[in-house]
Amino acid sequence: MKLKYIIPLLAFFAMAFLLAKGLTLNPKAIPSTRIDKAAPDFTLPVLSSETDQFNPSELKGKRWILNVWASWCVSCRDEHPVLNDIARAGLAPIVGLNYKDKDDEAAQWLKERGDPYYKSVVDQDGRVGIDWGVIAVPETFIIDEEGKVIYKHTGPITRELVNAEMLPLLTASTNTAPNN
Amino acid sequence: MMRKTLLLTALIVALVGSNQYGYAVIEAVEFETKQQEKRYKTLIDQLRCLVCQNQNLAGSDAPLAKDLRDITADMIKQGDSDATIKAFMRDRYGDFVLYEPPFNWSTAFLWLGPFVLLILVSIGLILNIKRRQEDDLFRPTQATDDAERIKVRNLLRDTPSIGINNELSSNETNSDNT
Repeated sequence: MKLKYIIPLLAFFAMAFLLAKGLTLNPKAIPSTRIDKAAPDFTLPVLSSETDQFNPSELKGKRWILNVWASWCVSCRDEHPVLNDIARAGLAPIVGLNYKDKDDEAAQWLKERGDPYYKSVVDQDGRVGIDWGVIAVPETFIIDEEGKVIYKHTGPITRELVNAEMLPLLTASTNTAPNN
Repeated sequence: MMRKTLLLTALIVALVGSNQYGYAVIEAVEFETKQQEKRYKTLIDQLRCLVCQNQNLAGSDAPLAKDLRDITADMIKQGDSDATIKAFMRDRYGDFVLYEPPFNWSTAFLWLGPFVLLILVSIGLILNIKRRQEDDLFRPTQATDDAERIKVRNLLRDTPSIGINNELSSNETNSDNT
């Protein structure tokens, strides 16, 4: 008999718990469909170069980072120093996917803020971005030695994030690299 | 009063105005057949804009939504089926890109939850009604013989929370007198 009166209360708490949990989730973080799958192939011209082109097969056998960026992207300003740090530490080659940008403005950006990229490729119409499932710039992927996507982060990366999530994946590469 | 009416009119005009603007963002796409155009309109209604999340491709002016509309139109013109186009979107953006999520393990609760809830509530309701029907207190008039009637009367008298108790006992004393 007593239990009958407790049930609505329990139901209320269960509901409140679920709703509270929902508030802590990030609705923008849509899980990537590319994780654990082969990285989408592309061949794109390299920024500020007349003839040079980049294809992911160029970095096969290495663990590398793909960073989607644009000079019009405000939060890219926040993560740029972090990318510079990664490049300076030589953690992994960073390929920049310059998403729907103007070439001269992109080049100017790199001149002003430093160029952390191994190569920056030009995705003028954004179709390669769509292949990678890019929703909002910036986004950062880690690709392993076999060309498989193993990590994706939506939004600007921070030093804390690099230390907590990306560094373990990147340093694992030095251990596994001799196997290839 | 006058002011209120004016405010309301302004609000309605603003709402209607913004609505018109909201639909004006879609660019016109030329198709060879009416059927292709119909498929295009249905598809961009069913696909979600990933940037704004609570809008479909048809209603969004985000650049990515425009790109995805273009791809949809191009694929239709190339002769791709609706299933192929949806598979293209799902490969890149996951189930989230579909406004109607497909049935799988992660969406099972979403699809079945309401029915499970309905069944649980129905069972509870049926049990409750059964219990009430089996309870003598709730059907004293259905008692057929005197023995049962006396039983019911005694039960009612012993239940202080029932208001008709006093009335019943006074009737009883009346009948005893006669």
